[in-house]
Amino acid sequence: MDFLRPASWEEALAAKAEHPTAVPIAGGTDVMVEINFDHRRPEYLMDLNRIGDLTEWEVGEDTVRLGASVPYTKIMENLRAELPGLALASHTVASPQIRNRGGVGGNLGTASPAGDAHPALLAAGAEVEVESVRGSRRIPIDEFYRGVKRNALAPDELIRAVHVKKADGPQQFSKVGTRNAMVIAVCAFGLALHPETRTVRTGIGSAAPTPVRAKAAEEFLNAALDEGGFWDNGKIITPSVAKRFADLCSAACNPIDDVRGTASYRRHAVGVMARRTLTWTWESYRGTRRASEGAA
Amino acid sequence: MPANGAPTKITQGTRTKGGIGESTLRPDGTLKVTGEFAYSSDMWHEDMLWGQILRSTVAHAEIVSIDTSEALALPGVYAVMTYDDLPTDVRNYGLEIQDTPVLAHGKVRHHGEPVAIVAADHPETARRAAAKIKVDYRELPVVTDEASATAPDAILVHENRDDHHAAHVPHPNIVHRQPIVRGDVEAARGRADVIVEGEYTFGMQDQAFLGPESGLAVPEEDGGVHLYIATQWLHSDLRQIAPVLGLPEEKVRMTLAGVGGAFGGREDLSMQIHACLLALRTGKPVKIVYNRFESFFGHVHRHPAKLYYEHGATKDGKLTHMKCRIVLDGGAYASASPAVVGNASSLSVGPYVVDNVDIEAIALYTNNPPCGAMRGFGAVQACFAYEAQMDKLAKRLGLDPVEFRQLNAMEQGTVMPTGQPVDSPAPVAELLRRVKAMPMPPERQWESSEGADVRQLPGGLSNTTHGEGVVRGVGYAVGIKNVGFSEGFDDYSTARVRMEVVGGEPVATVHTAMAEVGQGGVTVHAQIARTELGVTRVTIHPADTQVGSAGSTSASRQTYVTGGAVKNACELVREKVLEIGRRKFGSYHPAWATAELLLEGGKVVTDGGEVLADLADVLGEEAVEVEEEWRHRPTEPFDLRTGQGNGHVQYSFAAHRAVVEVDTELGLVKVIELACAQDVGKALNPLSVVGQIQGGTTQGLGVAVMEEIVVDPKTAKVKNPSFTDYLIPTILDTPTIPVDVLELADEHAPYGLRGIGEAPTLSSTPAVLAAIRDATGLELDRTPVRPEHLTGTA
Repeated sequence: MDFLRPASWEEALAAKAEHPTAVPIAGGTDVMVEINFDHRRPEYLMDLNRIGDLTEWEVGEDTVRLGASVPYTKIMENLRAELPGLALASHTVASPQIRNRGGVGGNLGTASPAGDAHPALLAAGAEVEVESVRGSRRIPIDEFYRGVKRNALAPDELIRAVHVKKADGPQQFSKVGTRNAMVIAVCAFGLALHPETRTVRTGIGSAAPTPVRAKAAEEFLNAALDEGGFWDNGKIITPSVAKRFADLCSAACNPIDDVRGTASYRRHAVGVMARRTLTWTWESYRGTRRASEGAA
Repeated sequence: MPANGAPTKITQGTRTKGGIGESTLRPDGTLKVTGEFAYSSDMWHEDMLWGQILRSTVAHAEIVSIDTSEALALPGVYAVMTYDDLPTDVRNYGLEIQDTPVLAHGKVRHHGEPVAIVAADHPETARRAAAKIKVDYRELPVVTDEASATAPDAILVHENRDDHHAAHVPHPNIVHRQPIVRGDVEAARGRADVIVEGEYTFGMQDQAFLGPESGLAVPEEDGGVHLYIATQWLHSDLRQIAPVLGLPEEKVRMTLAGVGGAFGGREDLSMQIHACLLALRTGKPVKIVYNRFESFFGHVHRHPAKLYYEHGATKDGKLTHMKCRIVLDGGAYASASPAVVGNASSLSVGPYVVDNVDIEAIALYTNNPPCGAMRGFGAVQACFAYEAQMDKLAKRLGLDPVEFRQLNAMEQGTVMPTGQPVDSPAPVAELLRRVKAMPMPPERQWESSEGADVRQLPGGLSNTTHGEGVVRGVGYAVGIKNVGFSEGFDDYSTARVRMEVVGGEPVATVHTAMAEVGQGGVTVHAQIARTELGVTRVTIHPADTQVGSAGSTSASRQTYVTGGAVKNACELVREKVLEIGRRKFGSYHPAWATAELLLEGGKVVTDGGEVLADLADVLGEEAVEVEEEWRHRPTEPFDLRTGQGNGHVQYSFAAHRAVVEVDTELGLVKVIELACAQDVGKALNPLSVVGQIQGGTTQGLGVAVMEEIVVDPKTAKVKNPSFTDYLIPTILDTPTIPVDVLELADEHAPYGLRGIGEAPTLSSTPAVLAAIRDATGLELDRTPVRPEHLTGTA
């Protein structure tokens, strides 16, 4: 195994073009596990840690540009207001030591359905900035996941950053594991309210071959909120609407039985998390509405 | 010192600091928490090679061929060995039955069985070489449970058995069977107003010690080998290793290396023989370290079990009878299965008075992973079942579950189902009273001014509930565990104690072969020496085989048995020291001849407190040394038909109250508090006692809500050999554990102490299960309980 250590982004792209089988490594919290367990023996390992740009983030007008290697700890500490769903998801990643090293780029590169960042990115709406010597492009998150541990990257491309829409409303993230910390998701759920566009977006983890959105559930809820004038009147969402939304989220799952849980449990749990996170985000939305009305 | 040897000064004696009963700190504690402690995996030797084991990828197969040529051709490889390369005719080992091949011979019987070993100059080279060994398997059907193991046409895991259990078992795939019958169950059933039946399942738990199996074998000039090893019993290892190597035991020297936990998982051999074989073959030191994945295959686990129970009781709440059948899955090799059967059967009634019993316990041979010793050893599985039965009975009778247990609780004088009277305190009802009397943790602790504190809720930081669906439940359990090796085993220990003056100060050296696996024996031995010999400075000699056997660090026995041996040796040293004193100074003070003399604060004092001499003056240039074996009272085997016999030497009791909060919609559990009350006889080191109780309690919690090795029933392959998917409790899963320590002396034991390490592991699990049942109203007849069991989505 050859170890490549590009000093700059350009060098990294050139190296990746020359050695498309090279596996990029940053925090190493995923790649090193695979190597240590002998699950993977890449021809080339490409260390991206000399490229400082990857651990930086910029908060823009509408979006946050998050470097691929920004550790989860930094997201939790610095981007809680802009990326609340991702910050909550970051909290659930492994242990403090791992959160100090791992970043979203690794989750995206591995593209495991169990990656904790995915449901939050799907719900918030994100674009993955990838680049090769041929040029740069942005892949919408909805088109990024292509199969079990497969993503939309070309062999010569590297993930540079993620562009995530700044939260314009409440966001939530829930994850089920069979222990109260440091656990891989049995299943996970992300929900974001987007009051500006009067839409909701969802993300489901570990309950299908890839991370997925519950699109039918979103469409149902968007219509129900619209028809009932909920965005304007700020009423409590009726239990029947919440239940229908939860059922549609369960129906969006295509899970398997494995050592971490049964398919039937995953469908059930996603429904419970969908209902609860809808309640939490909607209560929060109503709270901010009341607060702004009070101020007016 | 004056030439005539007269004492130089007479002062008041002071009690020796750091003796028994004090919470002296562990000598290895700071090193361990700061990462400075040298564990067995940290050892290094100049010019050493790395050993690697090739393990079977299938559970049951004939080995058609093994081709090692490509592995041998790899540069850096020094040796590749298979069964055919073993040096003598002794090619099996085992704790009780020598049924385990050092390397597979013609057949593999479980997933991960060692097939070949490699030594190379780099661990990665060794791994790659092992991967190049070609093994051609012809797969065989697997037996995985009682039905498949005992079917008339069942394939035999071991053909042509000739072990000492073979003659009395009903089927060759049963390792050992122990019935216990007493009283008249049929007549008693007629008197019962209620009868409660249950079928329970206990999952396969792993010891999950953090220091993986590792050791270093160094060839010696005399043709022997020196093995530095993390184990639980050096001399038991030695007895099994030497014959395979074709060496007399004196040519196999063993020194204990730093042990990173054991919990029973180091009673059986792991890489010991493999490292020695490679060292002797290559003439170079060989180190072997398992990684976590391999560790899951490298040691035995706790027996999974099926338990069938029937209890009867009168309407005023008295137990009439108990009938049970306990089926333990021993996996492919015997390991400690026979002794686990003995424990499961003899302790299957629990700490209750039941005069009419019909008990049967068996261990199976299957193609599942081998199972053997783990903290609680057969008593754990039984406790899970009989405590569930107690709750069911109490419910049927409309009685409080604690009161119902107290009504039937055993006490000193109660006769066990084996016919053995309990001849020391058995404060079962009192322990239950104490845990029940503890204050309850406040409700809804997650509520704060800033919203829900998810760390206090089921799901924790995974943020699954802010209080929705959360229901509290409370449950109680109590258990009984035997202390020490039972059933007639010669359970002795040896201690060598030396006393001499170093730098003008009397110093005691304690040398035993006791494996310090974290239990704190090294702390306790120093405390005993201080108490008995009145010295401040005690050196604990490294444990090795240059001294006699200390027996195993298991069965809650080391403080009792090796502690007893150290105490005994110290007493003999004290006698010799006093003899020297009488010889030197007897003429100066009549008390030397007439008074009861003690060693305290570095001096010889009378029982009235008068100081007769400094120990330094008594000893002068002389050193006093004693090595002596020490035994607890003998036990007897259980009768093979009736189970009668004085099989156990001492019992240990603990009770728990569990308070849990369950997210009933998601099936997630947060254990809020696990209160424990335990009788320890005498707390030699109160801090260590509480530590043991909290640790045992947590291990019991683990198997209640998360810990399970999952084996595929079709292939007998292990599905989760990693800490990613074999979950053990984190600090967020570990509740507050208030501990109430009772000290009722057992007059038969040194200082009145009681072995304590295992009892808290027993009652913790059923208490948590009872609390979850209380919260959910579900029956829950298996452990660990998983979210799908609580949500109807299994």
